[in-house]
Amino acid sequence: MPTANEPTLTLNPGAADGPAVAASGTWQVHALAQGKAMATITAFLKTLKGDNVKWDLSGVESMDHIGAQLFWNAWGKARPARLQLAPGLEEFFKRLETTGTLELPRPRHHRLTPVMKLGFAMLQFFEHMAGLTRLIGQVVLDSWRFIRNPLRGPWKEISANIFHAGFQALGITALVGFLIGVVFSYLSAQQLRNFGGDVYLVNLLGMSIIRELGPLLAAILVAGRSGSSITAQLGVMRVTEELDAMLVMGISHGFRLMLPKVIALAISMPLLVIWTDTIALLGGMVSARLELNLSPQYFLNKLPDAVPLANYMIGLGKGTVFGMLIALVSCHFGLRIKPNTESLGRGTTTSVVTAITAVILADAVFAIVFSGVGFS
Amino acid sequence: MNEQVSTCGPGTGELTLDGSVPVVEITGLWTKYGRTVVHQDLNLEIEQGEIMSIVGGSGTGKTTLVRQMLGLERPARGCVRVFGEDISQVGSEQLQQLRNHWGMLFQQGALYSALTVFENIAQPMRELRVLPDDLVRDAVLLKMNMVGLGPEHANKMPSDLSGGMVKRVALARALALEPKLLFLDEPTAGLDPDLSEAFVALIKSLHRELGLTVVMVTHDLDTLFALSTRIAVLAEKHVIALGPLRDLLKVDHPFIKEFFLGDRGRRALEALDEKTKTEQ
Repeated sequence: MPTANEPTLTLNPGAADGPAVAASGTWQVHALAQGKAMATITAFLKTLKGDNVKWDLSGVESMDHIGAQLFWNAWGKARPARLQLAPGLEEFFKRLETTGTLELPRPRHHRLTPVMKLGFAMLQFFEHMAGLTRLIGQVVLDSWRFIRNPLRGPWKEISANIFHAGFQALGITALVGFLIGVVFSYLSAQQLRNFGGDVYLVNLLGMSIIRELGPLLAAILVAGRSGSSITAQLGVMRVTEELDAMLVMGISHGFRLMLPKVIALAISMPLLVIWTDTIALLGGMVSARLELNLSPQYFLNKLPDAVPLANYMIGLGKGTVFGMLIALVSCHFGLRIKPNTESLGRGTTTSVVTAITAVILADAVFAIVFSGVGFS
Repeated sequence: MNEQVSTCGPGTGELTLDGSVPVVEITGLWTKYGRTVVHQDLNLEIEQGEIMSIVGGSGTGKTTLVRQMLGLERPARGCVRVFGEDISQVGSEQLQQLRNHWGMLFQQGALYSALTVFENIAQPMRELRVLPDDLVRDAVLLKMNMVGLGPEHANKMPSDLSGGMVKRVALARALALEPKLLFLDEPTAGLDPDLSEAFVALIKSLHRELGLTVVMVTHDLDTLFALSTRIAVLAEKHVIALGPLRDLLKVDHPFIKEFFLGDRGRRALEALDEKTKTEQ
């Protein structure tokens, strides 16, 4: 820049009445920020000692508030006894004299002992549980309203949600399901061959995919896809006050936002489970053909014998429950987002993590409850 | 967008900050969104030290024009020079320098919602990476004082602020690096009359004190009349009239007649006349 002469300070220690400091150049923030100007000045000010320094600012070409503040801080926030100013600089220091003593209030720090942290965590957990319970209650009430008057139900929202959460997830669930099927079949085949139990591959694959892996895979993918989008959608609606607008118009959140999502996921998740099961078994079949030379005909003929129908039903039931859980958890976290960007990001992360954890917990409950069902 | 045609010609490669060239110089600007033409052969010059207001009906591209000056939009054709430099051609280092010389007050404030008031205002200063912490702290407090915010607000989050406070904080942030050029997008929209009057007085005093050039988009006639030294009227995709308020009133154009001499305009003009009388 043509106007920016580097801000400099020169010391004249031998002046008649004590040391004198002369400033010259452009004392504006942009000049200060250039090159090493600031470092040089800071170093110079550190070496400066004694109170009785004469300050000569008549050589300063231009100044702004940050430059003035720099001098003011160097003077210890008071006008030095011997000061010479260039015309026009007076105004800056007058303002600083009136405001220079402002103090920043200390932010309050909460110091927590580990016990207090544990306590807060517990309280927060109970708060979440209470919130979730309330949400479930709301959804039940809204379903009752829906059942009593199905013609006025949120059909459009339900169908849109099924499209987004179900149909649009077909691709990714198929890809992941197929690859898991291939890998799982390949690894099992190698182990089974050691024991000469090649033919049991169908039992192993069918049982684990239909009863466990299919529903779990689909649920985890849907939690990542739809769970995060539900939370983010509700969060942004909170930020932009759309949620409040709905309330003002007398449109119930539960009936128009939560219920359709819960129903849509309860419908589309079992369908996705069927889809994932099929594709994963297909992958396993391909791998079995290549690895163990098991023909697809044999595979398909053996499957109904190896896997009793109850397992299939359990898988579908899991799908419905997981879908509803994911919708409820994501709605719960979506409604708790505060109107700022950080909360939105954190809320979405927590929502997905919690949804996946909840799904796995529910899976464990299923395993215990149905421990005696579906084994031939 | 298709290839752009900048008609600026070579620049000097240096920002000209001493006012020897217009602060903003727009020649033959075209802005297009797809097939919609927003600006067609638009010309505008803004001199140093003036307060230029841009007015026009909804959708005439006022905010887009400001975004063009800030380099947030690219011209489809034509030239936008800020401080004598072609904004679409400057190198990254110069652009950074340029950005330290202007400030923008967005319509909604655009405060960083995850940072406190203090951190919001300190952000541009810290971004320079040379200023020591205590200097930044004092400078932020000074800026807050300038826009009429006490230090007790420093640790609040933007979501806890009222509309007027958000505007003040945003103004303090826009002024953080002592810009030469200040853009204001609807500075008084959403403020109550008292607050908006106080805001006008604030901008007036800052303009006097810091020698700013101000470019302002506004719908508020009181603000417009109280602040602007010149007014540019956007209509029919270009600037149809440009000049001080008194000259504009003589222009015969339906939009200008409607805008300045409608009921609202008359009331605001009367108020302005009374004010100048009492001041004299």
